[in-house]
Formats: sequence, C-alpha cells, structure tokens
Amino acid sequence: MKLIIAAIKPFKLEEVREALTSIGVRGMMVTEIKGFGSQSGHTEIYRGAEYAVNFVPKVKLEIVVAAGMADQVVETITTTAKTDKIGDGKIFVLDVAQAVRVRTGETNDEAL
Amino acid sequence: MQKRYLIPLAATLAVLPSLGVAQDADTTPLNAEIGFIFTTFMFLVAGFLVFWMAAGFAMLEAGLVRSKNVTMQLTKNIALFSLASIFYYLIGYNLMYPGDGNWMSEGVLGALAITGLEPVGLEGAEPDLTYASVGSDFFFQLMFCAATASIVSGAVAERIKLWPFLIFVVVLTSIIYPIQASWKWGGGFLDAAGFQDFAGSTVVHSVGGWAALMGAIILGPRIGKYKDGRTVPMPGSNLALATLGTFILWLGWFGFNGGSQLYMDTAGNVADISRIFSNTNTAAAGGAVAALILTQLMYKKPDLTMVLNGALAGLVSITAEPLTPSLGAATLIGMVGGVIVVFAVPMLDKLKIDDVVGAIPVHLFAGIWGTIAVCFTNDAASLGTQLYAIMVVGVFVCVASAVLWFILKAVTGIRVSEEDEINGLDTSELGMEAYPEFGRS
Repeated sequence: MKLIIAAIKPFKLEEVREALTSIGVRGMMVTEIKGFGSQSGHTEIYRGAEYAVNFVPKVKLEIVVAAGMADQVVETITTTAKTDKIGDGKIFVLDVAQAVRVRTGETNDEAL
Repeated sequence: MQKRYLIPLAATLAVLPSLGVAQDADTTPLNAEIGFIFTTFMFLVAGFLVFWMAAGFAMLEAGLVRSKNVTMQLTKNIALFSLASIFYYLIGYNLMYPGDGNWMSEGVLGALAITGLEPVGLEGAEPDLTYASVGSDFFFQLMFCAATASIVSGAVAERIKLWPFLIFVVVLTSIIYPIQASWKWGGGFLDAAGFQDFAGSTVVHSVGGWAALMGAIILGPRIGKYKDGRTVPMPGSNLALATLGTFILWLGWFGFNGGSQLYMDTAGNVADISRIFSNTNTAAAGGAVAALILTQLMYKKPDLTMVLNGALAGLVSITAEPLTPSLGAATLIGMVGGVIVVFAVPMLDKLKIDDVVGAIPVHLFAGIWGTIAVCFTNDAASLGTQLYAIMVVGVFVCVASAVLWFILKAVTGIRVSEEDEINGLDTSELGMEAYPEFGRS
C-alpha cells in the first residue's frame, strides 16, 4: 500500500476529487493548510503598507491505495491540478505498513 | 448649525415674544405652532439618526481591530456613548449653549448649570414657537457630543486601558467639546468673527481628530507596528462589520447634516434640508470612488478599508457646508477628502503615529479640508477667518487633551502591559472574548 500526500491549489480540489473517484479511488482525507515551497509566498498591501504573505493557502490530500494503483493516482493528480503556474504544489509517495477498517477489522488491501 | 436661536438658560421659565420676529412674507411659517411642531419633529428624527452613528462607529471599530480586542472596543463604544449622554446633560449642554447674558465669560466660557427640560405638557410654560422644544434640541445636540468621543476611541484602540480612556471621555464631553463648540454654535467669539461651520467639520470632527492625535502620540504605537523602519500591517478582524459600520455612519450623517439646518418650518427650509441630504450623499460617494480609483492606481488593487475611510472622509469634508454647494461641487469636495485619506494613512505610519482605524485622516485632515472648502461655495465665509478658527480650536483642543492625557499617564497610566497587549485586551482586561469558539478546545 502507498500513502500519497499531495499539496495542491485549493481551487483545484473539486476537479481532482472527481478525477480520482473516476479512476476508482474510494476515499481521501483533505486538510486546509498553509505553507510555502519555491514560490516563497508573495506580497500584499494593507492600508498602504506592503507586507509579505509567507504562508500560502493550499489543500492537502492524503490518499492510501493499493501499491499497484499509486502511479495512476499520482499521474491523475499531476495532470488535473496542473496550471503551469508557480505554486501548483507537490506530491509525495510513502509506503504504508498496515491498514485496518475499524468497523469490520479487515486489514490491508481489504480495508481500503 | 450656522445661526442658532439661542435658548435662555432657564428655558422652562422663558417668556419670549413668539410671533414678533420680523420675517419676509414668503419665509414666514403658515402658523407658528406648526413650525414649532415640524422643527421639533425634525430634530427628533435627525437626533436618532445621529444616535445611530454610535452603532456605526462601534461596528467600524470592531471590524478594524484584531479579534483579540473586539470585546474591548465594543465595551468602550457603549460606555463612551453612555458617559457622554450623562455628562453632556450635567455640564456640557449649558456650557455649550449658555444663551444671552448667561456666559461666565462673554463669548468664551458658557454657563455652569444642569440641563432642564420643559414641564410636562408645556404646563405653564410658553415655548419659543420660532424654534423647537428644548428637549428635542438637547437630544439632537447630545448626539454630536457623543460622536466626538467616538472618534477618539478608534485611534487609540488595542492598547489603551479602559478606565483612563473613559475618564478622558468624561472630560472631553463635559468640558473640552462644549467650550469650543460654544465659541461657534453657542454664539461665542468665533461665531462673532464670521466663522462658518454648518454641521461641524471643525467643531465636531477635527475636535475628535485633534484629541485622537494627541492620544495616539502620547500613547505610542502598538507593539510590533513599526519594525526596522517598516510598517507592519495588522489587518482588521471583520471587514463585513467595518463595511456595515460605514454604511450606518453614512445613514446617520443625513441627520447630522440635515438636522443642522435647525429649522423645518417653511418650504425654504424643507428644500434646504433636501439639498443637504443630496449633497451629503454625493460627497460620501465622491470620497469612496476617489479612494477606490486611487488605491487601484497606487497599489494595483483596491483597498476596501481605504474605500470605507474615503466615504467617511467625503462625509466629513461636506459637513462644514452641505447646503450651498451644487451636486457637482459637493462630489468634488468629497473626492478631495477621499484623496486626502489615501495619502494621509501611510504618512501617519511614516511618522510612527499608530491610528488603528484611520480616525485622524478621516476626521481631522478631511475636517480641516472641509472647513476651508466652505469658501468655494459660501460667500459669507472668508479663508482667513476659517483658518483662524481651525487654529484656535486646534490649539485649544491639543493643549487641553495633551494635558489631560499626560495627567492620566502620570496618575493611572494609560497603556496596558506588554503581555496584556500581546494577549489582547479582551482576555487581559475583560476576561471575555468576542469570538470564543475560535481556538477553544
């Protein structure tokens, strides 16, 4: 099993969710986050004074899928969340040691 | 309030010839009592419109302070209005309107007496039928006094202690405001000199502005506002409230300026009030549009808080003369007010004067501009006299309020501790948050 963590632009969330469900992803965790990468924030002006916005709003997706499906998920997020502009986000893939469905006690691939 | 009919001190005992005033045929009310009724009614309506401005100030300030200081800002607003109401009744009203022959020092220092109203049902009293009831006049004038105090609270927000601030409000509304207001509206020496200030660009707004300026300087900026020569923005907690507050103030201003016509007993006066409403509205619009366009040009994005300040600056600018300008002139006068705000806010920051809501640019700078702008449309005004009055009032209010701020600073201290300020006045001074659901587990 693989855990896919993706930080994307918030306005792309709905599109990415639809694309992922259409390829068979059955669940995901979503968090509103703030952070920065190579974009390093931007500046705003409030009442004539310029200030740096160091942390930019992003949405974080956490998706656990069977190992064989991971590449397809990464590919789908990449194509859907892409705007070709700076700040499109990052994707990380991690190994998952165990998964349990709380209601039934099923484990690993059956629990996903 | 250009020429106010002076009410004698003991109005309840006054016996005045009510119909003996010589007037031109076409301006004479159809019936003296009808004139009295309409003017009184007008004062009551205008008075509660100006009362509503207290809500406007409260919402504007609650929206422009950070969420950790919202409860405190609201507490200050309702407390200051209530204290102003009581102390204007106890001391302020007769100090401001002593009436003929009652001055302690003619034209300079009014009378010391508690306000009294007419007897119930006017029993045994002969009211001045050429004007309005004492009760309506007191009610209307009180609201102006309270507005002056509201101006100060926004500028010194987020760092001043509650009680010293309220003591300042008591002295401002019972003594400082009424004394200088008597010089113009009470028939004092500035009025005699020919000074023109219809509804108070100087008498109300710049007075609040000067007191706020002294307070902001003596108090010092909020912790972290100016760092290494740069201004650190501290965005307001709720711009929806700030916008609502601005619209409420805009609404209240129709009473502020319209009521200052002081008479609604003839067709001429009603038409004048209509002119004033229209001019007041268009000046606010001019100020808002000017700020909208200017912030777009200067910063590439419009700044809502500046647009709100711009509308208010337009209103302050037209307040000294809302009657004589054409709609076009009123719009331009308001637009200049909006431009002043957009430049004055960053300028005050450069001087490290921390005015949280922009009260000083809006009420002081636009107030000075509005007082000067009277000369463009009102032949009765002279630039020299306007400048003289701006200076006299400015020096008096600055000295009086600076002395008061320094006394408070020495006796009780005016600023909360560093820790209390960083934690927010809501928890440190009041133990009550405006938005308790946030960050609570």
